[in-house]
Amino acid sequence: MMELFVFIVAAAMVLGGAIGVIVSKHPVHAALSLILTLFGVAVLFVAQEANFLAAVQVIVYAGAIVVLFLFVIMLLGVDNAENLRIEPFKIQRPLAAFVSVAVFGLVVTAVFVARNANTAAKGNGLEVLGDDGAPIHDGNIKALARDLFSDHVLAFELTSVLLVIAVVGTVLLARKPRKADLQEAGS
Amino acid sequence: MLASIVTTEWYLVLAAMLFSIGMVGVMVRRNPLVLFMCIELMLNAVNLTFVAFARRNGDIGGQTTVFFVMVVAAAEVVVGLGIIVAILRRRPTATTDDLAELKG
Repeated sequence: MMELFVFIVAAAMVLGGAIGVIVSKHPVHAALSLILTLFGVAVLFVAQEANFLAAVQVIVYAGAIVVLFLFVIMLLGVDNAENLRIEPFKIQRPLAAFVSVAVFGLVVTAVFVARNANTAAKGNGLEVLGDDGAPIHDGNIKALARDLFSDHVLAFELTSVLLVIAVVGTVLLARKPRKADLQEAGS
Repeated sequence: MLASIVTTEWYLVLAAMLFSIGMVGVMVRRNPLVLFMCIELMLNAVNLTFVAFARRNGDIGGQTTVFFVMVVAAAEVVVGLGIIVAILRRRPTATTDDLAELKG
């Protein structure tokens, strides 16, 4: 019963926030609705025994990414409200609704067709158990760390390369162009 | 593991709804920042699916994948916002419809 209650509340948070993102005129309101959705997803992660990912979700997404969005909105002063009544292409919105409902229907059909399919071979479990076979309090983090630093260690190292490239690229993109560069481009 | 009332299908259907809402946003909204937020919604829907299947199969690999998706999403947001800053600095009121220099 408790699980059902948690699921319903978290699902309401997720869907309400998501609808808030796409209907709010003001980008700041959209960012705040996004926080609601991200917290709801974090609750669903906890409900599915992904404790570490729930913490990462709150810290990285709700903490860092949304704050980055808000910083960009405030630094650039692009917080002018968008008039949602203007529709540049007449058929765009009905078409968008149709396409997304079609994709939703396709996925739900696939889920219910395959609901009784055999699951893949059982993995090693989501938690590392203690010596006596009982769950320990940080079993999920240990299991994740074992998988990450044994099977996926190369991908993990490549991730660091990706982050360095992203940071350097962003600094180059976002800095103001120097006068010498502008003259070169002009000549 | 105990059979619970809330089965994997519930999570998958919820993730599909979240993905569809994000897709509507990407196709309809014209503010580039809101467009990025809708992409985040879609990425979160996929993460939810991965975690649901990780629990169904009892395999930690799904959660590892979500970890990598989060890292790549963070990098993507940083680069994307850098591009948006560079564009909007020149044209503060630009929507995605105005960015048509490459149109033939």
